[in-house]
Amino acid sequence: MGAKRRFKVWRGDEAGGDLKDYEVEVNEGEVVLDVIHRLQATQTPDLACRWNCKAGKCGSCSMEINGTPRLGCMTRMSTFAEDETVTVTPLRTFPVIRDLVTDVSFNYEKARQTPAFAPPKDLAPGDYRMQQVDVERSQEFRKCIECFLCQNTCHVVRDHEENKRAFAGPRYFIRAAELDMHPLDAQEDRKEYAQASMGMGYCNITKCCTEVCPEHIKITDNAIIPMKERVVDRRYDPLVWLGRKIFRRDQLDEGVPHRCRPSWVRTRKGPKWSSKASTGTARCRGRRARRSTGPAGCRSPRSRSTGRVARRRSATMSSSPCRRRASTTPTPSGTTTERGHSVDGGAPEDIRGAFSASGTEAGRRRSARPPAATGRRAAPRCRASAAPRAPVPVARRRRAAPR
Amino acid sequence: MTTTATRPGARVRAAIAARTLRTDRWWLAPLITVIGLGGWVAYATVRVFMHDFYWVEDYHYLTPFYSPCITDRCIPEAAHFGTYLPGWWIIPEAAFSLPLLLLFRLTCYYYRKAYYRAFWMSPPACAVPDGHKTYSGETRFPLIFQNAHRYAFYAAGLISVVNTYDAILAFHSPDGFGFGLGNVILVGNVVMLWAYTISCHSCRHIIGGRLKHFSKHPMRYRAWTFVSKLNVRHMQLAWITLGTLALTDFYIMAVSAGWFSDLRFIN
Repeated sequence: MGAKRRFKVWRGDEAGGDLKDYEVEVNEGEVVLDVIHRLQATQTPDLACRWNCKAGKCGSCSMEINGTPRLGCMTRMSTFAEDETVTVTPLRTFPVIRDLVTDVSFNYEKARQTPAFAPPKDLAPGDYRMQQVDVERSQEFRKCIECFLCQNTCHVVRDHEENKRAFAGPRYFIRAAELDMHPLDAQEDRKEYAQASMGMGYCNITKCCTEVCPEHIKITDNAIIPMKERVVDRRYDPLVWLGRKIFRRDQLDEGVPHRCRPSWVRTRKGPKWSSKASTGTARCRGRRARRSTGPAGCRSPRSRSTGRVARRRSATMSSSPCRRRASTTPTPSGTTTERGHSVDGGAPEDIRGAFSASGTEAGRRRSARPPAATGRRAAPRCRASAAPRAPVPVARRRRAAPR
Repeated sequence: MTTTATRPGARVRAAIAARTLRTDRWWLAPLITVIGLGGWVAYATVRVFMHDFYWVEDYHYLTPFYSPCITDRCIPEAAHFGTYLPGWWIIPEAAFSLPLLLLFRLTCYYYRKAYYRAFWMSPPACAVPDGHKTYSGETRFPLIFQNAHRYAFYAAGLISVVNTYDAILAFHSPDGFGFGLGNVILVGNVVMLWAYTISCHSCRHIIGGRLKHFSKHPMRYRAWTFVSKLNVRHMQLAWITLGTLALTDFYIMAVSAGWFSDLRFIN
């Protein structure tokens, strides 16, 4: 028999809510998520909470514990004083659905906008060869479990909702850094994309993302600052500028692939910061969106192609709840989200619907299509092909670049 | 049949009245930063405009706050690189190096974190709301000039060379070569300044961080690995160098003013 401890848990939904007091038994070795489950089991069965692995690897049970963004399953009760009241609230940055469950689709939208890995044109899948020393930096970022604690704690969007449109957040900065440091990624405009379209300039290096990361990824030091420095390389470094002028190498427009050059890229004179930047050119937008969006609004392995959980999930995709929802199987009155996360507490139908595969805008669009179209790979509208093409003269490329 | 969302379109955050629910002493770190940085800036300002007690004639000690000494007010022996500026009181003796070093520290990635949190409250601590209605970060004037850190790094490297030169010249006594406690302090200060400068994030990037293929550049990779190890301690080095700079300056001021004499080991 453990000791009784005091808890305050935020209960409510979009219409409003409040902190409710509970006294609950806590045993040795338990974590906050255990206590939430005990609350559900003994006192308040309708308490909604998202969770899955209970091992700090799925990133589902993100919540704010005593005001600090943390994983419920990794916060030991022994870290609190015995007479301390533990306050548990949902993530503040995202819209609340119910109780401790928030709508984190903002992150999925940003994931879809992030350009995917672009291998060299002359390299077939299966022929990728990389040295360990070249991929070590990127591997750190692949530890990300997408708990979105960094996104939640970043004051750029936490305190300024209006920045959500322009700011992708730390999780996608490490994605950009991961790809930009990838030895086989051929898309060389990622740094400029990160600056112009992902809002990297909004970050003021206060390192909160690093502080809250449960995987201890050095987000700021190893991803954001290197990306900022890469932008400085291209735009501000006096010596690089001089070298570019004298030796005529590393010209700014050479690295931007012709086939999907974002609309903000302006040759020679630098980027034209436009609002269209976040989605790329009109020709490429559709293809990119289709490629990175999974079936019926689920995140596909490509769009969520990071982390051990992602790899595990992609390996078991056929049986994943995501795939089930996308298929014609009727959804059981379920407790599973599109990420395979459990949602306890008997959430009403409308809330479960919000978790379902069609809960996102993309999902709604998809579900409106005929079933046959769901799994069909759309014909590329860009002039992208695996076959190598003859290099296009700079002048011609400049004309061809969409403005 | 797919499930369709029926949730209303409203996207409202949880209605939590408290600005922060943190119960730990989150205010302590910003407070220490304010006291530390504020105290140091006050001391440095007083010393820079004191225009005195910066040179010890017997042992050729020159305080880093006055190096390189380039105004007409400088003692000729201390002006190793000539004098180019008038000796008005508003112009510091080290009018060349001080602004650049100030820029280097102001744009430093560690100091940015420190003063954004402590002075600008943007945010004061993680999950504590920042004190501003709107926020544009470093996307526009004046904060876009934080990108000048690279320039400041190059300048800081040059100034560290000058500080090293000063420390070497200080191995002097009226009889020729000499060595005392002042030399230990000066050399220690220079070593720490180099460590801080080299551990800079810009340096880490220039040395090898910009590479995509470390395997093709093994020497740069080793250098990058070394700088990365130092870079982990950039914050500590930032504070240590503030301490060594103040200590060096104070020691030289005290010896120069005759408050106590230098402890000599050789000559």
